[in-house]
Amino acid sequence: MIPYVTRILVKSVVTLFAIATVTFIATRLSGNPIDTFLGDGLTTEGRAELIRYFQLDGSLWQQYLAFLRGALSGEFGLSFVDRRPVTEVVGDRLWASGQLLLASVGLTVALSIPLGILAALYRRSWVGSAVMMLAFTGYAVPSFILSIVMILVFSYWLNWLPVVGNATFAHFIMPTIAMSGVLIAALTRFTRNAMLDVLGQDFIRTARAKGLREARVVLRHGLGNAGVTVISVIGLQVAGLAAAGSVVVESIFSWPGIGQLLVNAALIRDYPVLQFGVITVAVAVVIINAVTDLSYALADPRIRLARS
Amino acid sequence: MAILADPMTRPRRKTGRTDFIQKIAIGLAVLLVALAVFAPVILPFGPLDQSLLSRLRPPLGFERYLSGHFAGTDELGRDVLARALHGLRLTLMLAFAGALIGLVIGGTLGLIAGLRRGWVEDAIMSLVDMQIAIPFTLVALLILSLLGSSLTVLVMVLGIAGWEQYARIVRAEVRRLSALPFIEAAWTAGAGPIYAAWRHVLPNLVSPLVVQFTLALSNIVILESTLSFLGLGVQPPQPSLGSMVGLGRDYMPTAPWIVLTPAVLIVALTFSVQILGDWLRDRADVRLHDR
Repeated sequence: MIPYVTRILVKSVVTLFAIATVTFIATRLSGNPIDTFLGDGLTTEGRAELIRYFQLDGSLWQQYLAFLRGALSGEFGLSFVDRRPVTEVVGDRLWASGQLLLASVGLTVALSIPLGILAALYRRSWVGSAVMMLAFTGYAVPSFILSIVMILVFSYWLNWLPVVGNATFAHFIMPTIAMSGVLIAALTRFTRNAMLDVLGQDFIRTARAKGLREARVVLRHGLGNAGVTVISVIGLQVAGLAAAGSVVVESIFSWPGIGQLLVNAALIRDYPVLQFGVITVAVAVVIINAVTDLSYALADPRIRLARS
Repeated sequence: MAILADPMTRPRRKTGRTDFIQKIAIGLAVLLVALAVFAPVILPFGPLDQSLLSRLRPPLGFERYLSGHFAGTDELGRDVLARALHGLRLTLMLAFAGALIGLVIGGTLGLIAGLRRGWVEDAIMSLVDMQIAIPFTLVALLILSLLGSSLTVLVMVLGIAGWEQYARIVRAEVRRLSALPFIEAAWTAGAGPIYAAWRHVLPNLVSPLVVQFTLALSNIVILESTLSFLGLGVQPPQPSLGSMVGLGRDYMPTAPWIVLTPAVLIVALTFSVQILGDWLRDRADVRLHDR
């Protein structure tokens, strides 16, 4: 157990470190960050002053160390646009993104697990095929197309739902569905496969043989065991997919979250915000992954005991 | 049901059988590739030809239809079908180039990881883990914003997007093959690592790699059109399916065909390519990490 936990923690730290390094390299690849970050309108003396101040006259290695020091003490610079620390700019947006994420994960879990179980139980009939076809569609339709088509039908043609913002419950409906499409596809498939694996085990036959009701066999013995795998998938896959999805969906629906902020920052080249936003989302994903790995280890005695 | 106990022996669909949906999907994929290849030849309009007197005309079958413009025209009077098919052409070229770059990077690293154990393998596999952990769309945003959205940068980004899948497949397959008698026989007969890899391992990698390549194509199409939709991929006036949807949004209430034509093409492409990938997987009977 302890080596397992250590490995997860080391992996998380290494990944975070790699992300910080990638963002550093990306900003330096595009030339002098003073020119990149401050743009035109700077006098020659002012520029030289800033280069000294930010220690950009040092070697790339020294600059890298300075960047890491700044990152560790939470200093990521000011936004070009509103001249506030990027930590504040990004922080203001956390809650809106969190709300959308929670709504989407909620919808995904509520739909995918029953659908996945259905697809596993009726995999030879049309029910199973229909569910798998649905999952397939979820993979094939990019979230921006799902969003656009929903806006066209439900906002412009039927005039049922609002497009912009996050004020009321009605505002949540389309963004949540758009975010969930690919998540539902992924989780349904995983649930089905995990259930198929478990339902073929000997202890399921034993449970049936001792006369348990089918519902109890499936839910208690089947889902009870498949559940561990399913939860790990929610943590590992869904976090990454949702991070990518939020970028698209938030910018389409003008949702005041981090995803929209990132796309705008990328388009108007507000690099400090972009850099810190990417790091924030990556940190969130890494933390969710680590927590998932840890709870997986705690929940599964085969891992918990095997490694000690 | 007992046979399901071991996931490796789970009965799969009989190989070689092609069902109705698969036939349609394969036909559609071939049709789309043909349309993309021959777009400049079959279309009477160029993707950039403007005609300000015939702006925002609807497609065939609607009032005010302008003969010849089957999918209507956009806000500058450009033919929507011509733009969409040229966009499809560009999307497919980018996707093939990206998938190929991913194949070369991932395949090489996977081969090295599979053949050379020890720290080399550990280093490569932790790179793979990192690539999986980082939400790549965000990294793509960062890179494209910083380096500018030229087609070269875009192709590199699309190539890096999926390399880790190839690396995992190649490494796993190399390890499986290494334990088989014929490889051992090759070693015993004095074959060096490079000879063994080239002569005995690579031929066995062809079918899993073809399958992965196909599945990667559809992922790359989605990534490319998403980036172009957001304005960070292919830049105007060059048409791409994603950017057509993105730029056509403003005209959606009055001229939905500008958005719907490329949207239908994207979905048709991802759908048919994914089904094609599944079909190839069934036929080649290879197991990929799809769980």
